[in-house]
Amino acid sequence: MIILNARATDNAALNESVRAAKDDCEIVGCIGERFIGAGLSSRTIRIKGIPGNALGAYLNGAKIFVDGNAQDAVGDTMNAGEITINGNAGDAAGYAMRGGKIYIKGNAGYRAGIHMKEYAGKSPVIVIGGRCGSFLGEYQAGGLIIVLGLNDDGKRIVGNFPCAGMHGGRVLLRGDAKDVVFPDKVTSARATADDLAAATAYIKEFCAYFGIDENFVLDCPYTLITPDSANPYKRMYVEN
Amino acid sequence: MLLKEGQIRIPSGCAVSAVISKEGNLMSGEKIVASMIPMHERSNGLGGGFAGYGIYPEMSEFYAFHTFFDDRESQKACESYLRQSFEIVKAEPVPTRKIPAITDEPIIFRYFLSPLRSRIADAQVDEREFVARAAMHINVYIDGAYVVSGGKNMGVFKAVGFPEDVGEFYRLDEYSAYCWTAHGRYPTNTPGWWGGAHPFSLLDYTVVHNGEISSYDANRRYIEAYGYKCTLQTDTEVFTYIADYLLRRKKLTLEETANVIAAPFWSTIERKAPEEKEKLTYLRNVFSGLLVTGPFSIILGFEGGLMALNDRLKLRSMVVAEKDDRIFIASEEAAIRVMEPDAVNVRAPEGGEPVIVRVKEGRY
Repeated sequence: MIILNARATDNAALNESVRAAKDDCEIVGCIGERFIGAGLSSRTIRIKGIPGNALGAYLNGAKIFVDGNAQDAVGDTMNAGEITINGNAGDAAGYAMRGGKIYIKGNAGYRAGIHMKEYAGKSPVIVIGGRCGSFLGEYQAGGLIIVLGLNDDGKRIVGNFPCAGMHGGRVLLRGDAKDVVFPDKVTSARATADDLAAATAYIKEFCAYFGIDENFVLDCPYTLITPDSANPYKRMYVEN
Repeated sequence: MLLKEGQIRIPSGCAVSAVISKEGNLMSGEKIVASMIPMHERSNGLGGGFAGYGIYPEMSEFYAFHTFFDDRESQKACESYLRQSFEIVKAEPVPTRKIPAITDEPIIFRYFLSPLRSRIADAQVDEREFVARAAMHINVYIDGAYVVSGGKNMGVFKAVGFPEDVGEFYRLDEYSAYCWTAHGRYPTNTPGWWGGAHPFSLLDYTVVHNGEISSYDANRRYIEAYGYKCTLQTDTEVFTYIADYLLRRKKLTLEETANVIAAPFWSTIERKAPEEKEKLTYLRNVFSGLLVTGPFSIILGFEGGLMALNDRLKLRSMVVAEKDDRIFIASEEAAIRVMEPDAVNVRAPEGGEPVIVRVKEGRY
C-alpha cells in the first residue's frame, strides 16, 4: 500500500502518482482533486477527504473506496470496476456508465445514472442507500439502478421526473413508491421474485460493505420501473 | 503554436462560494479567498470577484460606491455628476497590492456618498431609488465609468484574474465582513473584462452566478422596460436587476422571487395544494418575462443576508453546510471544507429551492 498526500500536489501530479504506483494506494488529505483514478484498470485506491469531480471517470476495472462524501459525476463513463462511497454523492453519479458498479451509502444528487447503457455482456449497476434527486435514470438506456431509501427523515425516495426519457434498463425502488409520479412512457409495478432475484446479490454486497442488515433491507416490497417504448422524451422541456 | 480544438481541453465551469454568520460575527476575507483554490479549474483567469458585507462599519451611514474608470477624464466626469446629487464624504483609491498575476487595472476608486435631500425631493422618489438611478446613469451615460457596487457598509472587489489572485490584489485579508460571496469566472459567450467579472451589484444587491441564461434576451427586454439598462456585456447582470425589481420595487419576498426566476414546472404546480397552486400560478403569469431558463446556480447577497438558488432543472451544482453560527455555500463541498473542515449538515438543495439565510436583527 502506497500513501499519497493530496495536499502536497495538484490534480495532474496526483493522478500521475496514482498511475505510476505499482501497488494499491491510499490518498489522504483529498480536497477536491479531480479525475482520481481516471481510466485505471487494476488495483485498489482508498480515499480520505473529499475527492473532486469525475472521480473514477472511464474507470476500467480498478476499485475505489471513498471514506466520506464524493462530488459530481462519480464514475463518469466508467467501463468496469467498482466505486464505493461511504457517504453522499453529488449530481450525475454514474453518468453514461456502461459497466461496473457504484455503491453509494447515503444520498445521490440529481440525475443519478443519467444515460447509463448496456451492451452484450456489459451491464452497469448503481445502488444508492438513501434517496436521490430529480431526473433519476434520465435517458437511461440500460443497466440497473437500485434506490433503497434507508433514510428516516420522511423525505421522498426520489425527486421529480424519475426515469424521464428512459428507454432501456431497469430502476428498482425499495417500497411501494406510492408518492412518486412517473412519466407516462414507463411502467412501474411491484417487483416479482424473478425481478428481485437479479438484484439481490448487489443488495447483499451493498449491505455487507456498509454493515447494514440485509434481511431488513430485503424484507420489503420493491417497485420496478421499465420503459414502454424507445422514444419517450418527446417535448418534455418544451411543454413544461 | 496555438493549439486547435481537440488538441487541448479546458475543463471549466464557473465557481461560486459564500459564508455568512447568522450572528453577524465578522470574518476576515482570508478563508473565502482560500475556498476558491480547490475550484481553480472551474475558472480560466478571465474574472474573479468578491462581495463583502459589514466591511465599512465607520462609514455605514453612507452609500459606498466602488468604481472603475478607464482614465482620468471619465473619473472627472463621474465626480462632477456625483457632486450634483451627493455630498462626497470621502473619496479614495481602493487599496491594492501589486502582484504579477493582476495587470492592466483601471482606476479603482471608492466614494462614500450622502444623497442631497433637496435633489431627492426634486426627483420625487425615495432615497434608494434615487441612488440606484444615479448608479445606472453613470454606467449608461458616462463613458469609461462603472459603478461596481453602491450599497451601504458593503463592497464588491473584482478583476480579470483567478479569484485567489483577485483576493490578494484587493487585500481582502484586511477586511472583515459578516457575509462574503465569491466568484471564479470562465466566460463563455462574452468578453473577459474588469466590469464583466462577478459579482454584479445594484445598491446592496450582489449576484455571483455559475451558468448561462438561455432566456437572457427575454429577461433583458422585460427588465429594460422598467428603466434598467444592461451595459456590462454579460448575462448575469440581468439577475441583479431582476432581484432589485422584484424585491425592492415590487416588494416580493425572497421565496416569491425564487418562484418567479426558477418557477416550478406547470406539472409540479398542478400537484400543489390549492392555495399554493394559486399563488405559484399568479407569479408565473404576472412575471412570465422574468422566468430564467438555462443552467444556473446563483448567490444573491444583500444587506443582512443572502439567498442561494439553482435553476429549476438543477443543471449546476451547489452544496450547503453549516457550523455554529455560520452557513457555507459553494459549487463544491471541497471549497466548504477549506473554510471549515468540520462543517456539518452538508446537503445539496433541490433545483428551484431557495436557501435563505438572514443575520439576526440588530447584528448587522
